Parts: sequence; C-alpha cells; structure tokens
Amino acid sequence: MVEDARWSKSEDTRWSKSGTGAHSDPGLSLESRRSFLGALLAVGGTLVGILMAAPLIRFALFPLLRRTTELKASSVGTLTEFSSLTDPVMRTIQIEQVDGWRKVVSEKAVYVTKDRQGNLCVLTSVCPHLGCTVPWNKEKSEFACPCHGAKYAADGTRVSGPSLRGMDTLETSVQDGQLLVRFQYFRQLVSDKQIIG
Amino acid sequence: MSWAPKNESDTPPLPPKKGIREWLNRRTGLDDLLRNALDEPIPGGARFAYIFGSGLLFIFISQVITGVFLALYYVPSADHAHTTVAYITKAVTAGAFLRGLHVYGASAMVVVLFLHLSQTFIYGSYKGRRELLWLSGCALFGMVLAMAFTGCLLPWDQRAYFATAVGTNAVSEVPWIGESIKRLMRGGTDMGTLTISRFFVAHVFLIPACIFALVASHIFLFRKAGAAGPVHEDPYHPKQEAEPFYPRQVLMDLSLTALLILGLGLLCFFVPVQLGPAANPADAQYIPRPEWYYLPVFQWLKYWHGSVAIVGVLVIPTLIVLAILALPFLDRGVERRPWKRPGAMGAYLFVVFSLVGLGLRSQYLDRHDPGVAQQLAKQRAEENDYASEPFEPELSSASLAAANVALADPLAAKGKTIFEGRSCNACHGDGGVGTAAAPRLIGIKAKFSPDQLAELFKHPTAKMNAGGMPPIDLPPDDLKALIAYVESLQ
Repeated sequence: MVEDARWSKSEDTRWSKSGTGAHSDPGLSLESRRSFLGALLAVGGTLVGILMAAPLIRFALFPLLRRTTELKASSVGTLTEFSSLTDPVMRTIQIEQVDGWRKVVSEKAVYVTKDRQGNLCVLTSVCPHLGCTVPWNKEKSEFACPCHGAKYAADGTRVSGPSLRGMDTLETSVQDGQLLVRFQYFRQLVSDKQIIG
Repeated sequence: MSWAPKNESDTPPLPPKKGIREWLNRRTGLDDLLRNALDEPIPGGARFAYIFGSGLLFIFISQVITGVFLALYYVPSADHAHTTVAYITKAVTAGAFLRGLHVYGASAMVVVLFLHLSQTFIYGSYKGRRELLWLSGCALFGMVLAMAFTGCLLPWDQRAYFATAVGTNAVSEVPWIGESIKRLMRGGTDMGTLTISRFFVAHVFLIPACIFALVASHIFLFRKAGAAGPVHEDPYHPKQEAEPFYPRQVLMDLSLTALLILGLGLLCFFVPVQLGPAANPADAQYIPRPEWYYLPVFQWLKYWHGSVAIVGVLVIPTLIVLAILALPFLDRGVERRPWKRPGAMGAYLFVVFSLVGLGLRSQYLDRHDPGVAQQLAKQRAEENDYASEPFEPELSSASLAAANVALADPLAAKGKTIFEGRSCNACHGDGGVGTAAAPRLIGIKAKFSPDQLAELFKHPTAKMNAGGMPPIDLPPDDLKALIAYVESLQ
C-alpha cells in the first residue's frame, strides 16, 4: 500500500523538518522539548479554560447570586384606615409572586385585627384545619369555619372545633404609612405553624 | 494507515513511565491515541493555511457548550420563548455575554467555514481519493447553514419571526411538494408555537447529532486519506518531507483559536447582542431581513417570481449543489496548483463575487429606497428601545384569567365575590383551578347549562355530597351571579 510505504520511511527523513531546532541543539532531546511545550500548552490551556468557564459558571449560578423567586409584600391599606378598628375586617390583597421569568398575581382574603396587646395584626383567612376560607360572624363576634365548625376569637386564637391551632398570623411591616403583609401558606392539621412552599 | 497499530520500529521509543499515567495507559491506550493524533504527518510541513479546520471544531464545541447553558433558561414555546431570551439577555448574570458568544459564534462559524472551504478548493485538497472527505464536508456545510436557519427563529422577536416567515415561504415555491414541506416545517399553515417546537428540536437534537457524526467521519476520512500538503504536492503519493502535526501545526491552529476567543469575547463585550420586541404577526409594516450570511440568497430569490420562480428557487440551486458535490468526481486531474486550474479558479471567483455582489446589492437597495430605509431605521430604533428597557416578568396566564373576569362582566365579578365569600375557593381553588378536595371548575360551561348548574347547586348529586359539597341556598340574583362567574372560568 502507498501509505505503508510512506510510514516505512526512516525516522530521520520523515521527521527531519520538525521545526523545533532539536537537531541543532544536541544537548536537549526532541522528546524533552516536546514534553516541555506540552506542559506549557497544558498550563496555558487550563488558564484559558478557566477564564472561559467564568461566564458559564456565573450564568449557571445566577440563582445563587441573585433572587430568582420572590414573594412581594402586598399592601393591605393605610394605617389610618385601621386606627379605630373594633372588629376584624376582611381585605382582599393582591399577591405578586416572581418566579424566574414569570410572575403570578393572585388575590387572597386576609383579616386585619388586633392581637391581645392591642397591636394591629393580619390573619390569613385560610382555616388551619382543612383550608376552608373562614368568615367573620359579627353577631357572635367570632370566626366560624363553615366546613367543620372550627371557631376562633377575634384575635385568631382557637376557641373550639377540630382545628389544632389558632388562625395563622402573617408577617407584616409598615412602609410610608401603608400596612404591608407577606402572604404565606401554612401546613394544615398540625398544632404548630409550619410554613409550606 | 495512521489509525492502525504500528510496528515497534515505526515509533521512536518512549521513556518508561510509572504510576498513574502508566496505569491509565495500560487500560485505555491513551498514549498511543495521543501519539496517533499528534504525530499525524503533514507533507511539506506545518502552514497557517491549514488552521481553519480545527478553528471550526473549536467554534462547534463552543456553540455546543453555550447552547447547553442557554437551554437552562430557554423555553421553546410561542408564549415564553421571547420572555425567556429577554430574561437571559437582561436579567441573568453573564447572560448577554453567553448569548452573544452563541449568536456571534454562528457568524464566526460561517466565516471560518468559508475560509476552510476556500483553502480546500484553492489548494485542490479534495483531489486524490478524498471524495468522501469532500462529501462529508459538504454535508457539514449544509448542517451549519441549517443550524443558523433554525437557531435564528428561537428568540421569537420581530426579526426572527419575519426572517423565518420569508425563509419558509421560499420553500413553498418548490413545485408540487413545496406547500407540504412548508407546512411540515412550520407545523401548520402559519408560523406559531409548533414552528418553535420543530425548529428547537432540529436545532438542539437532530442537526447537532448529525454534526457530531459527520465531524467524526470527516476527521476519520481526513486521517485515512492523510493531509494533502501544499499545492505542488502529489495528492495520491505525497513525496515531500512530512512534519508531525505537533508541535508547530498545533501552535498555528491554537493561534486561530486564541484569535477567535479574543475576537468573540471583545465583540460580545463591546457590541452586546440585540433582542428586538416580541414577534407580532399582525405587524404588516415590518420588513424582514435575514442574517448577513443569508443576504445573497435573500437577494437572489427576489429576482425569481411567478412562473420562472422554479428556475431560481429549485433548478439553479440544485444544479449548483450537485456541481459542488460532484467536484472531486468530475475533477480527476492530479494538478493542484491554482494557476494551472483556470477553470476551477474562475468558477470559484465567480461564485464568491456573485455572493458578495448579491449581498452588497441587497444592502444598496435597502439604503437607497427611502421607504425601506426609513422602516428599517424605525425597526432598529424599536430594537434599541426594547433592549434598553429593564426586564419585565411575564404575567402568568392564571393571573390574567382571574383579572380579566373581574373587568369584563359585572355579574361575573359579583359572582366572584360570592364564590370567595362562601368559601367555594376553599375546596375548588382560586379561580376554580381545583384542589385535592374538589374538582376544577374551569371549562365547566361546556358540560352544564346554567339551568343544570343551578339545579346541581341546589341539589348536589350523591357523589358531590359524599365529597363534601353542601347544597347552596342563595337568593336568585346571587345564584345567577355565581353561575355567571363559574361559567366564565376558562
């Protein structure tokens, strides 16, 4: 075969033009020059590789570097609206949940009421028993769940019924005279308040 | 035959190795593989003319890596494609840079591919038992152009949408089956979300798989035939002294790689890649323009309309493609020096000048038609405006449905307050999406008339009772409102 004939040429004629000048410098063998260059290329290649991997890593680690999901605080109303509060009032809040490149806007009913110390607090209307929406019964001055009869006081503490805990308070803050609340869901059928999702 | 194991006498003896390297070598034959790759003989010695092939390989690997990373955030659907690309470009750290590398990488691919092809043609390197090597190269060329075409649509902005609309329309000029091919490509008569799915699958799975296979066969066939060497080398029986691929040719190849890294990096940094406003199929004024490398074809197609369209769209391109494919079978001579091959060189220059001429003509026409120039300027301005806006997350469809109902129909809006006040949403979910406790109510209109619903509300079936659904006792007006709301859930 032609190729075989080519390969069977002697080493000296085949590789004579190796270009590294190995033959003019008898002190340093071709092999050691080639392996030194190889090491140099390996180090250089690794450095360039690391440099090029940097944007890839930053891109993939974006969820660690920035917030990609966020539950924005929703406004319940101005503080002055609730200054002369006697009974719990129901308010529908708009919840904006940022989820990567999308956002979900939903509405939820919450109650603005006063806790035992007389401070404003916000209760979720979701029954901690099985998740029904709990209405306020003005005549009886209590929260009464229509599904399974759980009853709660005006500040949300459990009075009677199948629920294992009182109604859940939501995290609130005040900004520019606005009462803000972060809506969350809590695990049902347990005696302590556990955040889910 | 360079892939076959060689005799001991063929290779210079290696110094004995110890430890992990030797262990690895015994199990994998890594050293032999490496020697085989690096000792590839290049007749006549290393040259800068031979660097383009490995440059292409580098860009291809870069495209694969950046493409895989882009897929971390991209969603191929008409609803979300544009939002997700905007998210990548505007929000994700290093997103604009990576997308830039991918987009400019495609252009670089076309440029280096052209240089590689030119070198092969001018050097007559397709001669001497290299027919399959040439054919696999031609197939790779086609695949790269197909990658550019399918990738262009994926951002789903105005430019992408209309360029692809024009591209797929051109296909329908093919007689008899053109319309069917167009429909198959689009996944329907019009461009839409099925088009994105099809282009995405082609761009991400099918064509890359073909490219991997073709690159492997291209390299295998290249090693089988051996490097062709300089123009005065015999294509069948190389006679000039050979120099191994490593180190000088490797260094020359790496210089192009370094240039590509530097060039693409600087380009992405200083000229960030654009994303225009989302595709609006109703925009009747938009003037589509393809990527620069498709401009010659775009201009060419403008000349062929009506009954002669088939000549320009099918006959001439088919003849050109066939001529290119058949080149190593037709041109059997051993002469490789370009100055001794006036016919081949003439044809090459004719094709290159035609392509450049058509591209320039297209640009010239765009600049000198005031209406077109004005509209193109407006489109660029819109792109710039959109690019400077901060990223705005997409409102999920569930949110929209809930919001729209409240706005559209006052009766349904009243029904919504009843639905929530009576805790219907406790079991049926907000907006009737359904929960574990009760079925979804969305789309219930198709199953029950308002009268049937009223009856079910007043007298739930045994199954409903068992599920915990109580009879609803409401004043007639409220019941009507509640039914209006439930029926409005889509």
